[in-house]
Amino acid sequence: MTLDILAYAAFFLSMALTYAIICLGLNVQWGMTGLFNVGIAAFVAVGAYTSALLTTPPSPDRFGGFDLPIVVGWLGAAIMSGLLSWAVGALTIRLRADYLAIATFGIAVTVQLCMLNLQPITGGAFGIGFIPRPFAGLQGNALAFSLANFAVMAVVVLALYLALEHLAKSPWGRVLRAIREDEMAAQALGKRPIRFRLQAFTLGGAIMGLAGAAQAHFIGFIAPDNYMPILTFQVWAMLIVGGSGNNRGAIAGAILVWGLWALSAAAVSTFVPAEQQARAASLQIVAIGVGLCLMLLWRPRGLFGEVSPLTRLKALRAAPSKE
Amino acid sequence: MNPQFIMDGLITGAIIGLGAVGVTLTYSILRFSNFAHGELLSWGAYLALAVAGALGYLSAGLTKPIAPFSFGWALPISAVIAIGLTGLLALAVDALLFSSFRRRGSAIIIMVMASFGASLALRSLLEFLFSSRPAYFTKALQIAMKLGGGLRATPDQLLMLGVALVAVIAVHLLMTRTDIGRAMRAVSENPALASIAGIDVRRVIRTVWFLGAALACVAGIMSGLLIQIRPYLGHDLLLPLFAAAILGGIGSVPGAMLAGLIIGLCEALAVQAVGAEWRAAVSFVILIAVLLVRPRGLFGKAS
Repeated sequence: MTLDILAYAAFFLSMALTYAIICLGLNVQWGMTGLFNVGIAAFVAVGAYTSALLTTPPSPDRFGGFDLPIVVGWLGAAIMSGLLSWAVGALTIRLRADYLAIATFGIAVTVQLCMLNLQPITGGAFGIGFIPRPFAGLQGNALAFSLANFAVMAVVVLALYLALEHLAKSPWGRVLRAIREDEMAAQALGKRPIRFRLQAFTLGGAIMGLAGAAQAHFIGFIAPDNYMPILTFQVWAMLIVGGSGNNRGAIAGAILVWGLWALSAAAVSTFVPAEQQARAASLQIVAIGVGLCLMLLWRPRGLFGEVSPLTRLKALRAAPSKE
Repeated sequence: MNPQFIMDGLITGAIIGLGAVGVTLTYSILRFSNFAHGELLSWGAYLALAVAGALGYLSAGLTKPIAPFSFGWALPISAVIAIGLTGLLALAVDALLFSSFRRRGSAIIIMVMASFGASLALRSLLEFLFSSRPAYFTKALQIAMKLGGGLRATPDQLLMLGVALVAVIAVHLLMTRTDIGRAMRAVSENPALASIAGIDVRRVIRTVWFLGAALACVAGIMSGLLIQIRPYLGHDLLLPLFAAAILGGIGSVPGAMLAGLIIGLCEALAVQAVGAEWRAAVSFVILIAVLLVRPRGLFGKAS
């Protein structure tokens, strides 16, 4: 019994950690740079499909199946999603801030269409199955298998976290924050905002693609239904709850919101009669939407939000004068 | 090629155009792209459906079709009531959400994000209240009339095109010939200067919300009458609405309507030439083309 619970906990945390990776990617775009991406689902989907095509065994009824190692799939996923983000960013970042949001929304719609209609590549509505899972040899032992997968996710998240923390403290990260806080001043110091923003957007998109690949290999099966707009909403809720600008907040928010989501879904399926479940599920989504708005209204920095460098400076200056 | 696509395109285009006028007004005067605008279309359609249902319950005579149309007096009456209710809904969302961001002088992108959350909540609330099963204003079937030149249209479709035309002309006259219209354009040019000149900016903002919501409601009812009513009705139209507002040039009412018609015609053409499954990608292609070639749109001012 305890072993089952342990296996489930590992499964649950692994799933939450895949969301944490997406959240870290979004944090590079929104938290560090202030770029609004409404098409998260699209970048995650592109990563998932790329990796699936690269690593599945050859299949006669669709393109590809190249049977490459999983690591190659993950890299390919990050590269493809990064390229897509670069293209979207290059087109819209120099325009008004909202245009990027609208363009990413368009990407989400278009990628959804492509997944459904490009049947020879994506398998259409049925998606792609038999995606190789890491440690498939351990599959007989549920506990060892879950723990091994959890360990992989934990290592990926930890590595990304350390890399991003390092990046945030690097000159590059400082320029990004400078641009976010005061674009004019950064420009006056000879930094080109558009270039830095585009780099951050591309990096964020690549991380989302990596997350898509990690998720696809963890579940072993992908279909267009996994990448509906609700995914985008969930990830936004995670980052806003956790606190944008803070990588630890992004990870904590992902685990917390995914936990609440899984818990409320379990409650709906046990307490609500079968014919009313679709309705109850829509109330669950209303709650996410309202929660997102309330968080923006009451606690825009989230639970562990970044303290703005300007506020910190003010506090530092105010402190000695009190003495 | 079958010229019928022109008729289909004009009808879709009129729906998109009416919605896009609302998007372009909120964008130019409130200065953010409202991702919840699509939900106003869906709410308009469902509110009209609910009121029409209640009216039909009170008096069966109201549901008897008015020849040659497929609906009874219940629909036009409920449409008027629904327009008012949708306007109130928009004002309520503004009072609860967007007004506090304006007061605090929040970044534009925070308002965009809030509108994104609001759209999710509003849409799923509809799904909760009315379930996701499609609904219809009327079960009556209509035979399309021949208009000559290979075109066919039902009386309902022709009436709706007429309504759209009247609505756009009315909004255009309101914007160019009345005091509140001039005030709206002044606020869109420069809010600070407008308020110094004695313009009641809050009244202008209320008018913009009400006007945008009213047009959205009309578009939603059109879409509901000619196609069907679904909670995702507005969400699926959101990308075409944005594409039309940007193609027409932000702030331009005739531009938004014209761009709506262009997008509607392109969609109908693509359905014939490529296939219906790619319809939703048309607005994205147009959007990208506009952003590449002429980001300020057909009638927009250079920023």
